[in-house]
Amino acid sequence: MRSGAVAVALVLLTAAGAGAQEVTVSVAVSLKEAVEELGRGFMAARPGVSLRYNFGASGDLQKQIEAGAPIDLFLSAAQRQMDELEKRNLVVAGSRRAFARNALTVIKPADSRIDIAKPIDLLEPRVGRIVIGSPKTVPAGQYAEESLRVLGLWERLQPKLVFSENVRQALDYVARGEVDAGFVYTTDAALRAQGVKEAFRPPEDSYRPVVYPGAVVAASKQPALAQAFLDLLNSPQGRTVLSRFGFQPPPAGAR
Amino acid sequence: MSPDSISALRLSLQVAVAATALNALVGIPIAYLLARRRFWGKSAVDLLVTLPLILPPTVVGYYLIVLLGRRGVLGAPLYELTGWTVAFTWYAAVIAATVMALPLLVRTVRAAIESVDRDLERAAYTLGRSELRTALEVTLPLARNGILAGLVLAFARALGEFGATLMLAGNIPGRTATVPLSIYTAVQTGESGEALGLVAVLTLLSCLVLVAANQLGPRTV
Repeated sequence: MRSGAVAVALVLLTAAGAGAQEVTVSVAVSLKEAVEELGRGFMAARPGVSLRYNFGASGDLQKQIEAGAPIDLFLSAAQRQMDELEKRNLVVAGSRRAFARNALTVIKPADSRIDIAKPIDLLEPRVGRIVIGSPKTVPAGQYAEESLRVLGLWERLQPKLVFSENVRQALDYVARGEVDAGFVYTTDAALRAQGVKEAFRPPEDSYRPVVYPGAVVAASKQPALAQAFLDLLNSPQGRTVLSRFGFQPPPAGAR
Repeated sequence: MSPDSISALRLSLQVAVAATALNALVGIPIAYLLARRRFWGKSAVDLLVTLPLILPPTVVGYYLIVLLGRRGVLGAPLYELTGWTVAFTWYAAVIAATVMALPLLVRTVRAAIESVDRDLERAAYTLGRSELRTALEVTLPLARNGILAGLVLAFARALGEFGATLMLAGNIPGRTATVPLSIYTAVQTGESGEALGLVAVLTLLSCLVLVAANQLGPRTV
């Protein structure tokens, strides 16, 4: 009986291996849950296809692709990183699409009793440390820097700033109470309702729109499947799932 | 070399010197006790002191956060009392480097002390010296080369600390971004020139440290 089960398992494994097509997607970490959910449906409809996710800060993901990482599809949290790849002809021309939009928010630990209601409150002594994603590599940090510069707070807040490797680490620092406030996306805040609460949202005209472009990587071995997943993100079904996590549709004409 | 790189070098040296000093203060007495005394819980102390050597740095970093984070076992009372946390300050970098380098110091110094002829210590006792004075005037001076080698190794390890530092102190340019962290960032952002400069300096420094350690006695490294 046991050897029979082992034999069946071996056959199934080799069959899966033989027909399996792997699509590796580099995903901005703020998209994690939405992409995983859409991915499950994508794989269910395509037996033999498996999606592998590589989550991280879009700047890191961009550098990996530039260094030749075997990625099929890149979903970025900002246009800048995709523009860089386009300049180097590392993405398939014509495959680039914007599929979502997000917004920044400033959060504080759920049990925090510090009053933070508007941007200028961040300067108050009662606010100790503020986390943003490292502006070198993290789009959420780049948007935060842009907003703080426009609001005239960037220089004065320098001593209080702590940098994280990606936006989810910023979220975690706030949830753990290591810092008093942090800049994340509204979608991230919604995911940790027990650990964090929104303090205020920086004015949307203080930073460029948070647009998420996706594109098939030029060196991809699975361009058709990669394109199919990108098309799914742009479909009504994709929009529904994304909006459930708090993402908005991309601005008209954005890419 | 960019100002960030120069501050990384300065920070790394500050952290390594402070960590080595701390390790000397804490580690040499521990090494002596492990080498010369039997006491209840000795194997537990030995294990605890060796753990940072075998555990992955990120595991040590995790425990340090549990201990010293703002909501940590020690960090929470500290925050209540002083409104201050150690995480994301350069003290955190020092603590991480100290903990990770401690096993190297303790093991090297312990071996050096164990190799001191006990008859010489016994001679000092018969002459009426207390254990403490014997340790300070006989044992440790005789173990001097091994102690120096241990300090040098601990310094090198502290200089190269990455994982635990990243977790407890963060990677903040000018404040906690030591050379290993800055190399990581430079590579992540494609700044190969910066990375190369820092790598070259750290390699040179580490080679010098290795040569010094080997000069101090046979088979120390």
